[in-house]
Amino acid sequence: MKFPIFLDNMSTTRVDPRVLEEMLPYFSEEFGNAASRNHPYGWKAEQKVDESRSRIARLIHCGPKEIVFTSGGTESCNLAIKGVCEIYREKGDHLIVGTTEHRAVIDVARRMERSGFRVTYLPVDKTGIADLEALKKEITDKTILIALMYGNHEIGTIHPVAEIGKIAKERGVLYFCDAAASQGFVPMDVEAMGIDLLALSAHKIYGPKGIGALYVRKKNPRVRLAPIIDGGGAERGMRSGTLNVPAIVGFGKACELAQAEMETERERLWKLNEKLKKAIESSLDYVHLNGHPTQRLPNILNMSLEFVEGESILMGINDIAVSSGSACTTATLEPSYVLIALGAGVELAHTSIRFSFGRFNTEEEIDFTAKRVIETITRLREMSPLYDMAKEGIDLKNVTWKKE
Amino acid sequence: MERVYLDHASNTPLLPEVREAMAPYLDGEFANPSSLHGLGRRSAKVLEEAREKVASLIGAKSEEVIFTSCGTEANNFALKGFTAANEKKGRHIIVSSIEHFSVLHAARRLERQGYRVTRVPVDLTGWIDPQEVRGAIASDTILISIIHANNEVGTIEPIREIARIAKEHGILFHADAVSSCGTIPTNVAELGVDALTLAANSFYGPVGVAALYLRRGTKIFPFLDGGGQEEGRRSGTENLPAIVGMGKAAELAHRQMEARMEYLSRLRDRLIAGLLAIEGAHLNGHPTERLPGHVSVSVSDVESEPLLLSLDMEGIFVGNGSACNSKAMKSSHVLQAMGVPEPLAQGAVVLTLGIGNREEEIAVVLGIFPKVVERLRKLNRTYASQAMRSVK
Repeated sequence: MKFPIFLDNMSTTRVDPRVLEEMLPYFSEEFGNAASRNHPYGWKAEQKVDESRSRIARLIHCGPKEIVFTSGGTESCNLAIKGVCEIYREKGDHLIVGTTEHRAVIDVARRMERSGFRVTYLPVDKTGIADLEALKKEITDKTILIALMYGNHEIGTIHPVAEIGKIAKERGVLYFCDAAASQGFVPMDVEAMGIDLLALSAHKIYGPKGIGALYVRKKNPRVRLAPIIDGGGAERGMRSGTLNVPAIVGFGKACELAQAEMETERERLWKLNEKLKKAIESSLDYVHLNGHPTQRLPNILNMSLEFVEGESILMGINDIAVSSGSACTTATLEPSYVLIALGAGVELAHTSIRFSFGRFNTEEEIDFTAKRVIETITRLREMSPLYDMAKEGIDLKNVTWKKE
Repeated sequence: MERVYLDHASNTPLLPEVREAMAPYLDGEFANPSSLHGLGRRSAKVLEEAREKVASLIGAKSEEVIFTSCGTEANNFALKGFTAANEKKGRHIIVSSIEHFSVLHAARRLERQGYRVTRVPVDLTGWIDPQEVRGAIASDTILISIIHANNEVGTIEPIREIARIAKEHGILFHADAVSSCGTIPTNVAELGVDALTLAANSFYGPVGVAALYLRRGTKIFPFLDGGGQEEGRRSGTENLPAIVGMGKAAELAHRQMEARMEYLSRLRDRLIAGLLAIEGAHLNGHPTERLPGHVSVSVSDVESEPLLLSLDMEGIFVGNGSACNSKAMKSSHVLQAMGVPEPLAQGAVVLTLGIGNREEEIAVVLGIFPKVVERLRKLNRTYASQAMRSVK
């Protein structure tokens, strides 16, 4: 076993050696600019870019021309929302956005509010699933976009995407789905699911960093987007800039592998997931699963281990790389807004820990992790007066704390 | 057949040292720099080391360097981010007529949002007269953005003078230095710029990474919202391997700049002298104020497309100006703005040398180029006389 054990695959993943191998020539002899039409360096690059486009399109069942390359998931989310808002402003000024979306969606929605749009933040239930009845009620004739993600990056809960797509279609509203956390792990079909815009990211599926894509529907309806990056007019005019050819090649290969291995890998990841969960639940009390028990991504296990702060757990198990929230928000030490949105108290949010599994994790690593987590939590709880009080049957919620 | 790559303006190959520096971060050292665990902290440290190297190339402080995904993004960021943060101060910006499309089209979008845009003209050599810029300044001008060296004709602009004029008027000055940074000195203090765009793939670094230098204290609106990376100004998981590559490429460019400039200028001058010996050949751009390694020529009675393709068949790979508009194959907005006559503009080809080019390759090109031109002219004459006969 190699230490530290990497169980933070939701923050990023290691590039698969097969992906890297396919990328390498494009870092050396095949360095052409895909937009150079007058020499073979350019032609080869362009051909390879098209091949990648097709591989990505196959993973989500769309046409290759509906794939717009971006620099990553964050840019894709920015482009989808800002791009729609600029073009469809005449039609309406109202957006509906899930409360558990990634910050690349929430923060863009907040910015749109500052430019005069109205945003409804759609609540979720205790397991993180969007309230579809509320969704139906919130749609007005001014609603231009619904942004509800596929699988959540912190708790893994999967929204009923096809139903959302159906509601959006019936009401003539565009549906944007952020799939950066879930692509390649669960089957996705933009046609069957009624998705109009879908954000993808390569580095979450063993592809390289610095590359992502936005699926933009071409038919029924043809979605129009104002670019946020103007210039030479690459990517159907929706995203200018020199194409990152080696990264695009890697992204294509990563999608192809994800698709080929999805079924077996999904099963294997579930097994690891269940194993760790059962081990922790059977040895520790006061533990809670965050997220949906079954309607969840196979690679995420988010648990609150009461009475021990997430940061302390992280330090206590420093030979295992995990996260106590999304990598993007960890620097702030604020309780996770995703867990707060589930209605979990601040305490549960603060004591949460996210294990995210990947292609390179082994059962042996999970066994080690279970053992180490149980030991550490037991040791840390021995130092916790709160844990003692709870054990004595005192209801901590009703304790009045004296101010110093 | 020997292959000679002379399209370094569209992309430079990675240096082996850069590739080596990147390798671990494409492989085992992959953690997200925003992660709190030890692996993440290690990535964060590497990220900051690369930032320092990039900063050092342009004489900036590392916190003044914001990484982006490409030069086009950085230019859009500069124009849109700065105007959004300062729209209460004014609604007028100045650019030149020979900017890269990323600046011109970003400016056009700002126009649609109600900004006024002045595009200052250039002379026949592609040179921007600082006094033209001064004359364009209005009471509500908030930004001047001028290209440091044009990518199609290689002319180096008098940035220092223009920056001084901007400063006199208290106007922010941005320079698009994608074509120049890493090739010629671009010290931000010496140039006097407030913002500067640089791209790694112009100086033997990877594609997929660029940077915007922004003088400390300059207000800008975040470009991509989200996780709050790059101090909240540009969100998105950092492209660590590419950033490391940019750092390494910057370090090498900094260290070797004198030698590279000297070498490329020598090759360039030989190439220009040889090409101008062809009857009817004309050099586009400035005779002396031009990038080392940059040659743009037009040959009378020859169109660029057949010339490019013929050279291509001989193994010589050149460009037609900007890779971005190569699909359109119409004459370039830069040559038009310079007032190059249409037939000559239609025949422009751009030969951009790189440090990997060898002296002998110049001789190869100079051996083939005139023959190709002669063949094409002959073909033209044959077609012309056939056409004449059929008219009769």
